[in-house]
Amino acid sequence: MSTIFGVPAPALYGQILIGLINGSFYAMLSLGLAVIFGLLRVINFAHGAQYMLGAFAAYLLLTYTGIGYWPALVLAPLIVGAIAVLIERFMLSRLYGIDPLYGLLLTFGLALILEGAFRHWFGAAGQPYAAPPQLTGALNLGFMFMPIYRGWVVVASLVVCIGTWLLIEKTRLGAYLRSATENATLVQAFGVNVPLLLTLTYGLGAALAALAGVLAAPIYQVSPLMGTNLIIIVFAVVVVGGMGSILGAIVTGYMLGVLEGLTKVFYPEASSIVIFVVMAIVLLVRPAGLFGREE
Amino acid sequence: MAVGTQYLAEQPRLRTSSMVLGLIAIAALLAAPFFFYPVMLMSVLCFALFACAFNLLIGYVGLLSFGHAAFFGGAAYFTAHAAKVWGLEPLTSILIGVAGAAVMGLIIGFVAIRRQGIYFAMITLALSQMFAFICLQVPFTHGEDGIQGVPRGNLLGLIDLNQPLAMYYVTLAIFLFGFFAIWRIVNSPFGNILKAIRENERRAVSLGYRVDRYKLGAFVMSAALAGLAGGTKAIVFQFATLTDVQWQMSGEVILMTLLGGIGTMIGPIVGAGLVIALQNYLAASDFPVTVLIGIIFVICVLLFRRGIVGEIIELMRRKSKDAS
Repeated sequence: MSTIFGVPAPALYGQILIGLINGSFYAMLSLGLAVIFGLLRVINFAHGAQYMLGAFAAYLLLTYTGIGYWPALVLAPLIVGAIAVLIERFMLSRLYGIDPLYGLLLTFGLALILEGAFRHWFGAAGQPYAAPPQLTGALNLGFMFMPIYRGWVVVASLVVCIGTWLLIEKTRLGAYLRSATENATLVQAFGVNVPLLLTLTYGLGAALAALAGVLAAPIYQVSPLMGTNLIIIVFAVVVVGGMGSILGAIVTGYMLGVLEGLTKVFYPEASSIVIFVVMAIVLLVRPAGLFGREE
Repeated sequence: MAVGTQYLAEQPRLRTSSMVLGLIAIAALLAAPFFFYPVMLMSVLCFALFACAFNLLIGYVGLLSFGHAAFFGGAAYFTAHAAKVWGLEPLTSILIGVAGAAVMGLIIGFVAIRRQGIYFAMITLALSQMFAFICLQVPFTHGEDGIQGVPRGNLLGLIDLNQPLAMYYVTLAIFLFGFFAIWRIVNSPFGNILKAIRENERRAVSLGYRVDRYKLGAFVMSAALAGLAGGTKAIVFQFATLTDVQWQMSGEVILMTLLGGIGTMIGPIVGAGLVIALQNYLAASDFPVTVLIGIIFVICVLLFRRGIVGEIIELMRRKSKDAS
């Protein structure tokens, strides 16, 4: 068997794949966080809970109504997005203009409520969710076997990330969004409905998180705690990338995911902390983050 | 408007009325173990000190640390290890916990103060999560089991802390010491510069203050005092576990301070008392505590951001304004 730096090649490829998959979720979630933060100036602590909600929506749709994976991929983000729209309208919108820390605290409280309620109903253990039959099995890539579903997640997340990036950079709606980020008052004076834009942005960000949740359901188990543990890592990813650029958030997400996978091969004990270590080093060398602008 | 800047533009001097109130409060605390369950009182005292230490940072420097559990829980581990494995005397063990928390505060603070506001909160959260992961893996914390059966021992070789009353009064003395230290810090020239940084950081810089050093100093002090609370808790409850280092604990101390009143001296104590009482009350029922904590968070942020004590102070201020 061939080895690379003393590590069997299949093990190395396997961990890189796992890293890419984790990176897919880091990228999708930090993308959503960056979009929301860009316009609303709110760090959405509930992002992890919304991701968990997406996975649970898919699980509940399947269990109680028999609606399968493919419809859930559309329905779950819609449901979670609708809930997020209500949250923005009735709670977050009251906090604009005061210290952004209150937005963080509010969404932290919401995350606790969601997580606590689901743990109360479903217990802390995970629920299994089967991948759709079209995506089961494995592909022989010549140098390794790749489960089809994992390949699908990487491709799907790339499509989602690039799609969101195009939406923001290339469409009229995206142009409104970017201009409102720069100067909301002026954009409103031009007749753009900025409050509606804010609501839609929060809904979109939450829907992205929910979509990630559905994609994650067959890989990780559907559990109430799946979101918050992940979101703290995503916070570190966001600090490393800097929240200035959408593309930066995406690239940093994949990069750190792969780095984490590689650490698992070469020094497994450090794999759970490597992203935080990178964050600390980046802060010491370049406080604004890799892609951030100094404010 | 920064968090905690709603009032306290001027610091109240120690007037006779507040001195009388303080003496009454101390007398009540001295008599309390004869009316309430001492273990619960000690729990309140430990968390009240923890919340006061946290409030030193958010209330007087305007920095929201989302990682204070690392100092609280870290100190609990250090103290428990010193008392159990090294067999040291309890006060020395607690001081080792404090020193450990201060060193951690220096390291985490040095990295975190490079960013402000919301980033500061995210960075402290991430670094404390890293510490929690480390605690899960290194052998001295005993992983999921934690350090159990920590001996209370004899304070300075004289007082047997296994007697509940002795333990209570020692905890009370530590709490009062910590509270007084915070009061002194806040009302010192150093504290005034901290408040100046909170109100307008750029102006403080332009006045020639090396803002980063003051922030780091306050961060280390806050960490050390949180460590004092955590170390004491390890001796009182005779164990140190992962619960104390996890992000939920950081969230709880934020809630206590927010509920009682950010930037008030006694708000965090009131908040700690209420949250502990609620948790004890709910422990017997079926209702999930996390949900209730979340609900209180949402209500506090939406309806009374000054906290209970803060709203009372504001009400009294408006009344006295109307009268004059």
